[in-house]
Amino acid sequence: MADAPGAGGLFLRAHLYLVYVFLYVPIGVLIVLSFNEAGLPTAWTGASLKWYGALAANETIQRAALNTAIVAISSTIIATTLGTLLALGVEMRQKPNAALDALLFAPMIIPDIVLAIALLAFFSLIKFSLGLHSIVMSHVVFNIAFVFAVVRTRLRHFDFSVIEASVDLGAGAFTTFRRVTLPAIFPGVLAGALLALTLSVDEFIIAFFVAGAGPSSQTLPMQIYSMIRFGVTPEINALATIVILFSFTALFLSQRLNREVLTS
Amino acid sequence: MQTSRLQTAVLIGPGLGWLALLMVVPCGLVFVLSFFERGVYGGIDYVFNFGNFARAIDPLYLNIFFKSARIAGLAALIALLIAYPAAYAISRAPRRHQTPLLFLAILPFWSNYLIRTYAWIVLLNREGFLNQGFELLGYQGEPINMLYNDGAVVLGLVYNYVPFVILAIYSSITRLDPEIWEASQDLGATRFRTFYRVILPQTVPGIAAGLVFVFVLSIGNFITPDLLGGGRVQMVGNLIYDQFLTARDWPFGAALSFVLIGIMMVLLFLQAVLANRAQGGGRG
Amino acid sequence: MRHLKKLAAMTAVALTFGLSGTAGAADSIVVSNWDGYMPGDMMEQFKAATGVDGEVSLHATNEEIMGKLTAGGGAGYDVVFVSSPYVEALRNLDLLAPIDAEKVPNLKNLYPEAQDLAYDPGNQYSVPYAWGTTGLCYRADLVSDEVDSWNDLLAPSDDLAGKITMLSTERWLMAAGLLAKGYSVNDTDPAHIEEVRDLLIDAKGNLLAYDDTTFYSKLVSGEAVLVHAWDGWCNYGIAENGDIKFVVPNEGSDLWVDTMVVMKSSENKDAAYAFINFVLDPANHAWVAENILYKVPNQAAMDQVGGALAESYPNMGMTPAQLMDMELMRDLGNAQKDYTRASTEIMAAQ
Repeated sequence: MADAPGAGGLFLRAHLYLVYVFLYVPIGVLIVLSFNEAGLPTAWTGASLKWYGALAANETIQRAALNTAIVAISSTIIATTLGTLLALGVEMRQKPNAALDALLFAPMIIPDIVLAIALLAFFSLIKFSLGLHSIVMSHVVFNIAFVFAVVRTRLRHFDFSVIEASVDLGAGAFTTFRRVTLPAIFPGVLAGALLALTLSVDEFIIAFFVAGAGPSSQTLPMQIYSMIRFGVTPEINALATIVILFSFTALFLSQRLNREVLTS
Repeated sequence: MQTSRLQTAVLIGPGLGWLALLMVVPCGLVFVLSFFERGVYGGIDYVFNFGNFARAIDPLYLNIFFKSARIAGLAALIALLIAYPAAYAISRAPRRHQTPLLFLAILPFWSNYLIRTYAWIVLLNREGFLNQGFELLGYQGEPINMLYNDGAVVLGLVYNYVPFVILAIYSSITRLDPEIWEASQDLGATRFRTFYRVILPQTVPGIAAGLVFVFVLSIGNFITPDLLGGGRVQMVGNLIYDQFLTARDWPFGAALSFVLIGIMMVLLFLQAVLANRAQGGGRG
Repeated sequence: MRHLKKLAAMTAVALTFGLSGTAGAADSIVVSNWDGYMPGDMMEQFKAATGVDGEVSLHATNEEIMGKLTAGGGAGYDVVFVSSPYVEALRNLDLLAPIDAEKVPNLKNLYPEAQDLAYDPGNQYSVPYAWGTTGLCYRADLVSDEVDSWNDLLAPSDDLAGKITMLSTERWLMAAGLLAKGYSVNDTDPAHIEEVRDLLIDAKGNLLAYDDTTFYSKLVSGEAVLVHAWDGWCNYGIAENGDIKFVVPNEGSDLWVDTMVVMKSSENKDAAYAFINFVLDPANHAWVAENILYKVPNQAAMDQVGGALAESYPNMGMTPAQLMDMELMRDLGNAQKDYTRASTEIMAAQ
């Protein structure tokens, strides 16, 4: 926040820190609960490491976590690509089109259970086999809309003449996209991708319906919700703790690496 | 003109194709069901009629819709007030810090929704960490129950969706030219005036997108109302879920969904028009 | 536009992959169950005993697996665990295969009462796996008056008000009111349903919350002192705190049964029957009673472990005869719509 001096900059910085505190306090509690002695979801009974041992021995959960990563990353890549192209196309058209807007709002508004039942009924009607791939395809449906909406905010008042200029100068469409368009819209694409990834990681009901039978297409939320009846054990907290600490470390290391690359 | 039309088709085609095949067609099939009736054991009786739509416009369901719209709207506004300055602060940070700061904001949400919600219960319940903290600080009265009311639901929704608003606003704020402040101040504008007249209008698309995200995700949510609201707050997501899965009345569930989707479409459409106008007539 | 081509190629790969996906292997089955409802190594032991490969799929609620089976025709599943009212619905939707008693000789281990349950007399389409009832679970150290009636829940004394939770799963929510009024848990009279709805709306004011999933945890922390609970779940609280007690109200209660069914679409029904037979083995079934703290309808299994369990968890000692005094929950047919409407009205009330 180097270029936001004075009281305003100070206020902004303090606010940002407070927001991070707000976001991380429940995470702190969640981590504390991963050491809970009893398997109770909402009552503390004493400290223990046993849930980490249980997690290490539980192949079903590990597999579900891997499946979730596969689904989230694949659906994010596809949705970010399609959503970004859509946003470019729609904004380049320059003509507002209410029907198109409605169509692109729809995946956000349609209740999850409707999409879940509709997709399963459709897949079985056309005899399409189910598995991780059908979950990916279904997650792309709602993720497209979110990516589109984020990238589009970036493209309002975007000066498309720079693209034309680049093409006029003889750059190919792909070179133009990579050298001119993408850098200009990158923050929007990154924000859209993060949003899509996060939505996909947590999605349960659509994944449950369009998943194939058997553990090969079991995602983590499916696993966790099926534990509710006999108690969601702190194994899940242990897993979340590991995921968060791992991401945290990866982020920190990539920062260090970046800085070294920059300074050398 | 020809090439640009072709270009648009190439850009829009794949996305629209995906949605046409995997959203429009499947949901269309469900929509057709709304003109039939539930069978005695939950199947479909293929008797064409409009009865489900007559049932769907019942004040009971519309009241639930408007009550959950109020909660979702409140959550969206609060999330915006928290997220806007945060996104702004991130966008003013040195460039190489921006991406990590964004990741840092979204990273807690790669845990699971259910256990994050449990964490809030552990913090806020009558015997929870917060009340125990108050006691340590010398508070002597009855423990305070902060859960199982509308406020707790709003808190849970704001918590889970604030990062999405930060992302949306960050996306629109970073296209501002950094020199805009200096330019505006050189012209003698106050900070507030600069923000209000120059920055804010430019970020309206991000604000609108962020508000829409929180609103639609909240209104369809059922974990937070169930666990933090103690099941006292009924959201649209829950209502539809019950018709499809508990009552196993797909025709009525479909009719109710489409009535509510219709209302939300109108609301979003108005929002888009207003956002366009706030931006000064939108793009030419 | 090279990236578009790549995308098209990716999509094409995904589509072919999807269309040519794995077909069920000849000798393997998929079982859908709640997580933690059978031994973790069940499938390995089943394989060792019979040579059949088995995979476990998980579902969270009856409602969700029911929706999935209806929308997808049950494709891919061989054996599914569901509660009794759903057996009736699945059977009437023609999704179930009959149970071939000759291939499930261990049916003889079941209590006679469990072989003649009204929703499926003679175990024609379903095999009971666990059973129990619903009642009140409370902290004896924090509740001074005797708890023995549904009215203790619906019209509580002042010191209990605000420290009570109720189940919001529709049938059990309604059952609490129906039983308090002296009606059947399967009552379909619209006037009775409205009466119960009003009663439950009044009761809402005294609740801490509706809670279907963590109520035993609330009792342990002391956040709640009296909760509407399924017997097995109350035992999770008892395991942590000896002051927690379970009681069946004197107006009576419901009998719930979790069952195993074989899907009509199953391509390997013999293996499915073999699995059910394997589950009914006394040692396997006893595991359920010991680990999940639910009563099982298997006489041979309960003879092994029932006595010891009843010492720590008195409700584990309920006999089949006592359970038969409870009223079996049945599918409601068309009255289901009225129940859902009433429960929506209760939830929406201020």
